[in-house]
Amino acid sequence: MKLNLRRLPEYLVIWVPLLLAAGQIVTFALWTTWISFTSATLMPSGDWVGLKNYTNVLATRNWKIAFDNLLIFGFGFVVLTALTGLFLAILLDQRIRGENVLRSIFLYPLALSFVVTGTAWSWLLNPGMGVQKLVNDLGWTGFRFDWLVDRDMAIWTIVIAGIWQSSGFAMALFLAGLRSVEPDLVKAAQIDGAGPFRLYTRVILPSLWPIVIAVMVILIQTAIRTFDLVRALTGGGPGIATQLPALVVYDFMFQRGQLGRGSAAAVLMLLTLAAVLLPYGIWKYVQRRRAANA
Amino acid sequence: MSALMIRDLHKRFGSVDVLKGVNLDIESGEFIVLVGPSGCGKSTLLNIVAGLEKPSGGTIEIGGRMVNDVAPSDRDIAMVFQSYALYPSMTVRQNITFGMECRNVPRAARDKAVEHVSKLLQIEPLLNRKPSQLSGGQRQRVAMGRALVRDPLLFLFDEPLSNLDAKLRVEMRAEIKQLHARIGTTIVYVTHDQVEAMTMATRIAVMHHGEVQQFADPETIYNRPANLFVARFMGAPPMNTLPARVDGGRVMLGDGSVALPIDAVGLGARDVVLGIRPECIAEPGRRFGDAAPLIIKARVEMIEPTGAETIVTLRLAGEKMIGRVAPDVRLAVGAEAEFAIDVRKLCLFDPKTERLI
Repeated sequence: MKLNLRRLPEYLVIWVPLLLAAGQIVTFALWTTWISFTSATLMPSGDWVGLKNYTNVLATRNWKIAFDNLLIFGFGFVVLTALTGLFLAILLDQRIRGENVLRSIFLYPLALSFVVTGTAWSWLLNPGMGVQKLVNDLGWTGFRFDWLVDRDMAIWTIVIAGIWQSSGFAMALFLAGLRSVEPDLVKAAQIDGAGPFRLYTRVILPSLWPIVIAVMVILIQTAIRTFDLVRALTGGGPGIATQLPALVVYDFMFQRGQLGRGSAAAVLMLLTLAAVLLPYGIWKYVQRRRAANA
Repeated sequence: MSALMIRDLHKRFGSVDVLKGVNLDIESGEFIVLVGPSGCGKSTLLNIVAGLEKPSGGTIEIGGRMVNDVAPSDRDIAMVFQSYALYPSMTVRQNITFGMECRNVPRAARDKAVEHVSKLLQIEPLLNRKPSQLSGGQRQRVAMGRALVRDPLLFLFDEPLSNLDAKLRVEMRAEIKQLHARIGTTIVYVTHDQVEAMTMATRIAVMHHGEVQQFADPETIYNRPANLFVARFMGAPPMNTLPARVDGGRVMLGDGSVALPIDAVGLGARDVVLGIRPECIAEPGRRFGDAAPLIIKARVEMIEPTGAETIVTLRLAGEKMIGRVAPDVRLAVGAEAEFAIDVRKLCLFDPKTERLI
C-alpha cells in the first residue's frame, strides 16, 4: 500500500492514539500478569514463584468476602437495575407529557461519577444525618434504617446507590428498544385482544431480548470493576464487610505493598471479566455470521 | 344485512381534516376496496373501523351494532397489515392462535381451528417455524391465516400486497379473490393500486382529500366516473381529458378542428371537459360494436410498444392524447395516421364542478 501524504493527518489522528491506548492497556495487562507470577513486594521486581501468589490470594479471608460480595452486589445490582430501568422505560413509553424532562432527570445520575454518588449516598444513608434522622425528626422515632453500619446489610447500600446511578442508563436503552417495536405489532395485538400485561410479556418484551443481553453485559462488567462507589460510600466497611475485588487489589498493592499478590488478584478480576465478555463476544459474532448468511 | 355502516365520519389531526364526512353502506358478503392516492385518508378510515383510532365525529356500525366505544378485540373484525405484523418471537402456530389464547379458547378448539385454516391456506408445513424463517409470500399467507382463524364479521386488509414482488402480487391477488368467493365474509380492502381495486372489488370507494369521490361497482367507476379525479385516477394509462365544446349532437375538441358525434340532447351549447379512454382510440381496422367506426387523423408523437399492444401518444385538435393500438400496426413518429374512435364511451364533465354530466 502506498502511503498517501495528503491523508497523513487522518493516519496520525487514528493510529497514534490507538497505538498508545492499545500499548498502554496491553503492555500493562501483560506486565501485571508477569508480576503476578513473581515475588514482587514494594517494587515491581522479584523472582518467579509460579502460582504461589494466586493460591495465597485465594486463601485470604479478604478475597473470599470480596468475591461473595461481588456475587451479591453483581446479582442485586444487575437484576434490579435492569428491572428498574425496564419499568421506567415502560412507564415513559405510554406517550406521557413531559417525557423529555423525565428522561433527562432519570439519565442525569449517569453524568455523575461514582465518587459523587457514593459520597451523596453515604450522607443519605448515614443514620445520624440522612433518611433515618429525617423520619425520626418527623415523629417516627422508632424508625431504623442503618444498613450502612450493619455488617450484613451494608453491601445492599452499595446496590441501592448503584441502581440509582445506572437505572437511567438501562432505561434509555430499553426505551430505544421499545420505540423500535413496529407499531403494527401493537395494533395486531390489540385486535387479537391482548391486554397490557400480555402485550408486554408476549409481544413486546420478547423482541427486546438482544437489548436485555447488551444491558446485562454492560452492567455486569460495571459491577465487576466497581471500586470508586464502595470507596466513597463505605470504604469497604464496616470492617471489611463491603470489600469488592477491586478494593482488594488496591489494598494489596498500595496499602500493604504486595505487588505480586495484588497483581494476582487483578488478573483474577480480568479472568472474571473475560468469563462474561467472551461468551457475549462469541454470541455477537455468531449472530453477525448468521445475519450475513441469511 | 348491513355488515358495515359508516355515517358522517370525521377525523381531525390537530388542524388537519383527514376525513371530511365519509358515508359508506356495505352489505354483507361484499368485497369493498378503498382506493386513493397516499394521504387520501383511506388507511385512517380503516384504522377507525378497526378501533385503533378514535373518530372526531360520526358513527360506525358493524353488523348493525354501534361500535364507536367498543374495543378493537370486541368488534368482531380481523385485520391484515401491510407489514404483516407477525409476532417475531412466536411460531406460525402461536401467531395464529394468539387471539384465541387471549380469549381463553380451549386448546382442543384452537388446534382444530389452526388445522382448518392451515389446510385452507396450505401453510401446514410452516406451522412450527418463526416468521423470520419465512419468505414474503409465506408471511402474507400466515398473516391471512391469523385473520381467517378468527372467523369474523368483517375482514380489514391494509395494503396487504404492497410488500410483495410483482409476480407474487398477481398470484396473491387471485388467491384473495378466490378466498373471498369461498368463505363469503365481508372484506374491506385498502390499496393505492387501482388494478387491485378493479380486479378484486365488488364495489370500489375512490377516496381523495378525505372524501369518498365515488362508491360504485368497478364497471361504473371505470366507464362512468363521477368526476375528473376518478376518471384520471382509475385506469392505466389514465383517461384522456381535454377541453371541448358541445353543440347540438356534436362535441368539438380542443381548437375545434375535430368534431365527434355525441348523444348530448338537452345540453345546449356549452363548454365541457371530454373524457375518452385510451382503448377507445385504436387502429383504423378496429370495430367497436356494430356501428361503422369513426375515423380521424392525428399526428403520432411517441410510440411505446408493450408487446401485447402499443401505447401511442398523438396530437389531436391541438391536444395530447393517448391511444392503444394493436402491436402489429406500423406507425411513424411525427407522421399523420388514421385512428378509429369509439364514441360510445365518451364522458362529459362540467369544467367548473369537474362532475360527470
